[in-house]
Amino acid sequence: MTATAERPATTIFRRPRSKTGIWSWITTVDHKRIGIMYGYAAFAFFIIGGLEAILLRVQLSQANAEFLTAGAYNALFTMHGTTMIFLFVMPASAAFMNYLLPLLVGARDVAFPRLNALSWWVFFFGAIFLYSTFFFGTSLPPIGPDAIPGNLPDGGGPGSFNWISGSPDGGWFGYQPNAGPFYSPGTAMDYWAGGLQILGLSSLISAVNFIVTTFNMRAKGMRLMRLPVFAWMTTVTAFLLLFSLPIIAVALFMVTIDRQFGSLFFAATAGGDPILWQHLFWLFGHPEVYILILPAMGIVSEVFPVFSRKPLFGYSAVVFAGAAIAFLGFGVWAHHMFASGITPVAQAAFGLATMTIAIPTGIKIFNWLGTMWGGRLRFTTPMLFAIGFIAMFTIGGLSGVTHSIVPSDWQQTDTYYIVAHFHYVIFGGAVFGLFAGLYYWFPKYSGRMLDEKLGKWHFWLQFIGFNLTFAPMHWLGLQGMVRRTWKYAPEMGLEGWNQAVTAGAVIIAISILIFMWNWARSRRRGRVAGMDPWDARTIEWMTPNPTPEHNFSEPLEITKLDHFWHLKYDEDEEGRPRRREDADAMLEHLEDVGNNPREPIHLPSSSFFPFLVGLGVPIIFYGIIYHTSIAGKALIVGGILLILASCVGWGIEPVDEPHYGDHDEEHGEEPVAEEGELVDD
Amino acid sequence: MRRTGIAREGLWAAKLVARRDSPYDAEPMASSGRLARVFALMGLAFLLGACSLVEIEDAVLTTFEPAGPNAQRIDDLFWMVFWIATGVFAFVVVALIVLVLRFRDREGAKEPKQLHGNAKVEVVWTVIPAIILAAIAVPTVQAVFDLTECDPAAMKVELIGHQWWFEAHYPDYEVDTANVVVIPAGREVCLEMTSEDVIHNFWAPSLHGKRYLVPGQWTQLKLEAYEPGEFWAHCAEFCGLSHSLMRARVLAVSESEFETWVAEQQQPAVLPEEGTQAYEGYQVFVNRGCTQCHAYRVDGEGGSEIAREAFNGPDLTHFASRHVFAGATLPEFGEDRETALARWLADPPSVKPGSFMPNLALSGEEIDDLIAFLEESR
Repeated sequence: MTATAERPATTIFRRPRSKTGIWSWITTVDHKRIGIMYGYAAFAFFIIGGLEAILLRVQLSQANAEFLTAGAYNALFTMHGTTMIFLFVMPASAAFMNYLLPLLVGARDVAFPRLNALSWWVFFFGAIFLYSTFFFGTSLPPIGPDAIPGNLPDGGGPGSFNWISGSPDGGWFGYQPNAGPFYSPGTAMDYWAGGLQILGLSSLISAVNFIVTTFNMRAKGMRLMRLPVFAWMTTVTAFLLLFSLPIIAVALFMVTIDRQFGSLFFAATAGGDPILWQHLFWLFGHPEVYILILPAMGIVSEVFPVFSRKPLFGYSAVVFAGAAIAFLGFGVWAHHMFASGITPVAQAAFGLATMTIAIPTGIKIFNWLGTMWGGRLRFTTPMLFAIGFIAMFTIGGLSGVTHSIVPSDWQQTDTYYIVAHFHYVIFGGAVFGLFAGLYYWFPKYSGRMLDEKLGKWHFWLQFIGFNLTFAPMHWLGLQGMVRRTWKYAPEMGLEGWNQAVTAGAVIIAISILIFMWNWARSRRRGRVAGMDPWDARTIEWMTPNPTPEHNFSEPLEITKLDHFWHLKYDEDEEGRPRRREDADAMLEHLEDVGNNPREPIHLPSSSFFPFLVGLGVPIIFYGIIYHTSIAGKALIVGGILLILASCVGWGIEPVDEPHYGDHDEEHGEEPVAEEGELVDD
Repeated sequence: MRRTGIAREGLWAAKLVARRDSPYDAEPMASSGRLARVFALMGLAFLLGACSLVEIEDAVLTTFEPAGPNAQRIDDLFWMVFWIATGVFAFVVVALIVLVLRFRDREGAKEPKQLHGNAKVEVVWTVIPAIILAAIAVPTVQAVFDLTECDPAAMKVELIGHQWWFEAHYPDYEVDTANVVVIPAGREVCLEMTSEDVIHNFWAPSLHGKRYLVPGQWTQLKLEAYEPGEFWAHCAEFCGLSHSLMRARVLAVSESEFETWVAEQQQPAVLPEEGTQAYEGYQVFVNRGCTQCHAYRVDGEGGSEIAREAFNGPDLTHFASRHVFAGATLPEFGEDRETALARWLADPPSVKPGSFMPNLALSGEEIDDLIAFLEESR
């Protein structure tokens, strides 16, 4: 025992020690458990966002339908977009990043484990905060800047407002002044602005953590240019988050101040500039697109080599192309605003900048094709999703190029053509990539395999449903179907394709049900994966499945890109891989030593404080919304005090670590006995 | 018994686990012919479905029937890029299918050579897209400069966005109208646009692309129709509750018709004669608060102008000269104009959610009178 451990503080702040049960999850700082929580939360919101989409699609399946009220429709598309972006794709990517980044760089956890837990809890409470708008939020009709109270309209009648329209209805993009205090009175848009602010905070914390993890926590010999591509893309994404989130944070604060305190940043009647909001929003919003897609690009860059049994073609080109996309992503935001009346010079400049993004994107696609060229392709479910990713993302990328043709974009913008475009990028791209990752890394999480047969049903149904849903939207948009439209007239000639789209959405839903069934069943009864079920290339597979809490038992020394592969294979005279004779023995050794470490392993201790700090954040935001009341003021003060007190606790809580010496005495005997047995092996 | 390819592949992972020592001597995969047939059938089914649907529907807001030089220029540019993009897509997909068929794992296949890249091909597939893009960039930039700004000599029409209708003001003629923008065919008209509340986006796809209407700012959109005709327009930016019901029409007419139209619009309204139903309707109009929002210019009876008092609603002086109303959403397809008017006057917010025109609880008789009055307001 060291002297510090005997300080009185230890008795006050004992670190939580639960290894199972609810408290172990609340206090965990294990990056894998945090990743799993992110994953399940993201999936839950995927289902919620999907159900919202289905409701939208039912409304649109007929001309002039009355299934939803206008208010409900606007609320549902607002929440569908907000949910899918901020509560599904981002946390789903965060799930992979959390679970895998330490494993990919050869570390036992991220650089700041408690901070990692904090980012999760801030996300969790932020998501709850955002969705609590369904219960507490109010959405009222516009009052207009020059409204005379006595003349206020009846607000669309009672039929126009119902339970669903208690949620934000200003669009996920919250364009001002429509989402401002005069045209979206009521608290719903405050929940939206506050929720996004909290979620952004969570991502910002993660970003710092991932960047430091990549740069400081790599195993010996894991040079930057030996990092698996997913680790690279995680890092690039983290930089995107780091630089883009402060912009939206400022913009959202401006909106909140506008709405709560009448600052009129965006109110044109008072000299504010509504277009300024669009600049700020898209200056964040466009990098955000790459925040969504780059992790998926990283995932498929891991999947293609494994199932082609070849190294990634042009590894450094793929890495630099990813960084180039991220960099260029900051210089193209105004292509979301080509119709806004910006000058021809600005339009031309942003159009050209947008075109240049096609080049690194093309490099990635061609390099993936190059990876498959000459390989031995195994069409497992992850590989199918990765191939689907290429085909679908190519369509999304090319329709993106048509937007860089500025005059062409004047016709396409704000129509379903855009809806088609970004669903090809985000669903056909990011979501297909995420599913590839789920099937591929499921053994790391569960120790079992997802069922391949169900997986293929899932893939093909999702692929067909996806295309049936989103391909016709290109046509619909060019035939004049504007976005965010609650109703369209029969003579607009849009009904037939809209019915096809709705049918496609149902097929997607069925495919997701198959996936859920597969997941639920395989988690308990799937085939046991054992070590290295895919004959993989990267070092996360050097740990047993499911991944033990400490990740790696023995220190690694990385010698090559695809280090693990080279431990299993050398090359014959023709440059073809030849399995080493000792490969299986090595795998057995890794499995055994992974599950039964020879030495006690130092791991970060659990903590209550990330949970408590995270809890304080939405309390403050509730207070801001209701700041005119005493309760609101109390919430603000209470939230701040909770955060401050928890930060103090965070700062002084001791390391609760059975030190190496103690550990040996207490628990050492059994492993030592086994060790002797197995080292001879 | 032959199993399907899917089922066979499904077993692969299982085999791999079961026989870890030799993961790749699984049974031979299904023939590539089968897969090719699946692809071909899927493609065919999709094409057939697409063709049948494309043909049956006639879309009034389509971008594919340009009726003026600006839309034509955009259409030409779109198709050029469309075919280039289709070519690139076909290349990628054909490459993907070839790779899938040719390099799928077969029994006895050799392990692949561990190729890490090839500088030459990587340069090629970086440079070729760059060249294609540069080629597209030139006509794009030219079109941006040609199509953005109005000819200063063009006739100006001020278009003002409201939740949820468009107001058109002709400053040269002192004409104020709504929902239907009348322009002379064959020459450029410059829309000078702003908004009175939130951001709107005017889009008449047959004539040009979209342009925002921004409160506190002025934007421009040049409109020109080759021939007389009626063209649909729609607000394309989400502008609140009834965004989907904010439409408009552009009516291109011959020069002489345009002059006649202007002359008619410049006239004040003629008040209906006492004792007629229209006169009763006029009384309802004046006494039930309609004039708080709607201007109605009359001559005689002291030459007064019934001014707008609070909200800015459409000028109704020549209401009956406009074939659509309520943000160009009424009358609906196949609907009789009087039925639509009756429905609208009875409860505007139920027709157009959030409408600033309130339900005034008019009686059936009052509505009939109002309709008679409005329908005489040519």
